[in-house]
Amino acid sequence: MRSKYEIFKIGIKDVAPHLLSVFPFGIIFGAIGIELGFSPLFTYATSLIIFGGASQIVFLQLLSGGASSLIAITSVGVINSRHFLYGAVLSEYLQKLSLIKKLFISYFIVDQGFAVSNQYFKKNPTEEFNHYHLIGSGIILWFIWQVSTIMGIYLGSIVPEELGLKFAIPLTFIAIIVNELRKLDHVFVMIISGLAATFFYNAPFKSYIIISPLIGLFAAMIINKFKK
Amino acid sequence: MTWASIFIAGILTYFTRMSMVTLIRKEMISDNLRKILNYVPSVVFPSIIFPGVLLDDFGALVTISDPKIFGAITALVIGFFTRNVILTIVSGLSSYWIVIFVF
Repeated sequence: MRSKYEIFKIGIKDVAPHLLSVFPFGIIFGAIGIELGFSPLFTYATSLIIFGGASQIVFLQLLSGGASSLIAITSVGVINSRHFLYGAVLSEYLQKLSLIKKLFISYFIVDQGFAVSNQYFKKNPTEEFNHYHLIGSGIILWFIWQVSTIMGIYLGSIVPEELGLKFAIPLTFIAIIVNELRKLDHVFVMIISGLAATFFYNAPFKSYIIISPLIGLFAAMIINKFKK
Repeated sequence: MTWASIFIAGILTYFTRMSMVTLIRKEMISDNLRKILNYVPSVVFPSIIFPGVLLDDFGALVTISDPKIFGAITALVIGFFTRNVILTIVSGLSSYWIVIFVF
């Protein structure tokens, strides 16, 4: 049985490679906020209060473009609605915790942390303190996101645009799911969701980010019916 | 007004994170549903990957010779065979840069 601290460190170690994309993305975000004309405090506040990379960019872009607050808020809600799916998956492993702990851990549920901690939970479903994995991965992601946002705010676009570091984001997600390519049903579901996302990319409120996963899950349901 | 909108957006986002964790109990998840939830990473992440690779900054399809496609294929192949996260990301990024800066 591993100790809390050991599992916490494993969480940090497992998510560490993904900081490679989170860090430049945070700098880029901070710089964009200032370029769009927002104050340093306002730009940073989105990282602390919303804490959701892509949704923060869309939020500031919409507000600076003259969209109403309602539209900006709705977009954030739609983009971040994928957390409902993460929460549903994680609930099983966090069930034994007190409400306070659940509320605390929830703040740190983000894409990369969910991905690596969910993999750990699946491998170690009975570890008593396995939620410390999610705390470890979540806190380091949170910390790097806060620091890199502040760096971007004050240093500006120190990440040269020619490097195309935005491309690091799809790459980290490729690294997360590449092992699932060994399962044919998963490959099929991935292709369906991916193509749906490409097709619905211009749907209002960036809703492709939740429409396509739901289409994928529907495909998974059908596949599972036939597998029986 | 805009400060209020940050807080509302933040509360909304926090709600998407905490609601399922606090509301769902084990008994509520049937074996069938658990099987489907197994696919969550496989449906969400491709929904970010595909547009990130196949579309440009304006949401238009890129051509087959785009450096992003080359980078993504390299990352997929390296990741599949090495099962190493760092190698996957680094190989994808460096092959992407090679196409951009060398060719």
